[in-house]
Amino acid sequence: MHDNQVNQLIGHLFRHEAGKMAAVLTRLLGFQSLDLAEDIVQDTLLKATSTWKIKGIPENPSAWLYTVAKRKAIDAIRRHKLQAQHYESIHEALRSEWTLSPALNSLFLQDEIEDSQLRMMFACCHPSIPYESQIALTLKTLCGLSIQEIANSFLTSQEVIVKRLYRAREKIRDERISLEAPLPAAMSGRLDAVLHTLYLLFNEGYNSSHPDQLIRHDLCEEAIRLCILLTRNAFTDRAATRALLALLCFQASREDARLNNDGSIVLLRDQDRSKWNAALIERGKYFLERSADDGGISVYHIEAAIAGCHARANAFDQTDWKLISELYAILSEMKPGPIVSLNLAIATGYSETPTAGLDALRKIRGLEDHYLYHAAMGDFHARNGNEPEAQRCYDKAVQLTASHAEKNLLAMKQTDLLSAASQ
Amino acid sequence: MEKYMFLFLGGDPSHLSPEMQQAHMQKWFDWVEKMKNEKRYVAGEALMPGGKTLTGPKKTITDGPYAESKEVVGGFFVILAKDLDEATKLAKDCPDYDLNGIVEVREVVKFD
Repeated sequence: MHDNQVNQLIGHLFRHEAGKMAAVLTRLLGFQSLDLAEDIVQDTLLKATSTWKIKGIPENPSAWLYTVAKRKAIDAIRRHKLQAQHYESIHEALRSEWTLSPALNSLFLQDEIEDSQLRMMFACCHPSIPYESQIALTLKTLCGLSIQEIANSFLTSQEVIVKRLYRAREKIRDERISLEAPLPAAMSGRLDAVLHTLYLLFNEGYNSSHPDQLIRHDLCEEAIRLCILLTRNAFTDRAATRALLALLCFQASREDARLNNDGSIVLLRDQDRSKWNAALIERGKYFLERSADDGGISVYHIEAAIAGCHARANAFDQTDWKLISELYAILSEMKPGPIVSLNLAIATGYSETPTAGLDALRKIRGLEDHYLYHAAMGDFHARNGNEPEAQRCYDKAVQLTASHAEKNLLAMKQTDLLSAASQ
Repeated sequence: MEKYMFLFLGGDPSHLSPEMQQAHMQKWFDWVEKMKNEKRYVAGEALMPGGKTLTGPKKTITDGPYAESKEVVGGFFVILAKDLDEATKLAKDCPDYDLNGIVEVREVVKFD
């Protein structure tokens, strides 16, 4: 098959198929057999690698993988005399050799795969699992990342990730978490937990100071992919889901403009807006417009609306700061906290005067050790022409951040300020 | 141009993540692509693991290949090269060496 096609697999095919197969097989074999399911996935991919590398890519790579995985699953069921009790409707079928294969085939249909992935998502993001473990388990089982890759993306050791996964598995066992779809009554609370995990996963990628941009990008992409999956199911496609997806799209649209080639941060004000991803912005608008359907307003709505304001402004000067400060005011009611107050103060400083911004900043408690707080103070002092005070604030901010990108950015501001003052 | 056979032995990607396995395969595809563009690639087959081995006058049958697993032949290519040196040079591009893979380069016998 090397002859008649371009030999290039779809990006991340193996990783994504690993996640899909793990979800399907775990649904079949039960959460207690997660290890067995992962072994089958691993064997399947190994077989593909050793064959495809020489023969080329089969016509339908995913179907090829599923066929191998099914065969291996049947072998495992026979060998371990497993009762696949965890999936009621094929439980009976699995008792008989005659019905085993068709039952498995039905599990590997597109809709059922997505259903399995959703169940897996709800299980991984179970509220009783600590969130760091939720994220690690999600990345491992649903996104097909290795322990090494997860450790890399969090700038931590493999042991730490192993521990987080262990904690998740412990909870799954102790709380008897299964891949049952949550009952409709419990759905909304459980969905909130899933959305929150995806939100955190995205932020890990978006805000991390990881030197490798690709890794950050991968985490953001996985969060968006899983969120899209949620919008494709009638039960999980709620207003909050769409608002979160809108938010992630808006944020991701700026990804290419946010960092220089050397990894330093480019401020929103200085970003080349032509580098913003117009398709993602459109997608964000699309989902935000459709996020009002079932009434409730979530924090994601407000955050998406704020991100949307930035995305709609063709230039920094055209930013609707008045609307943004109103939105932050709403957000600070819904999710009170010093960081939201900080953002509100910054928006106030732009929509009103730098002095108003400074006044608002001074009222915030709890950010004395946060570099962003001092950087914002510095910015407004600089805009007020108070150069010495601005320098003092920037000095303080530099001391408080460990990130090289942030330090560089602050150093640049200080140099700009000096040259402006000497003119 | 003479025909040569590359026999691929060993090369264990089991410690690689799915993403890395895919990247590893892509290196193979690129290698084959290059040999095709240079009109060197003739054919290739991958072999299933396992199988049977028959030996001796009694035709004793045992399971699996004779060699140790790391030396099992996983597949082969037939390629064209001027001489053994050139064939060996082509074989240097095989992506499996990092995974402890072995390539045997053998000339295909031709009757003049």
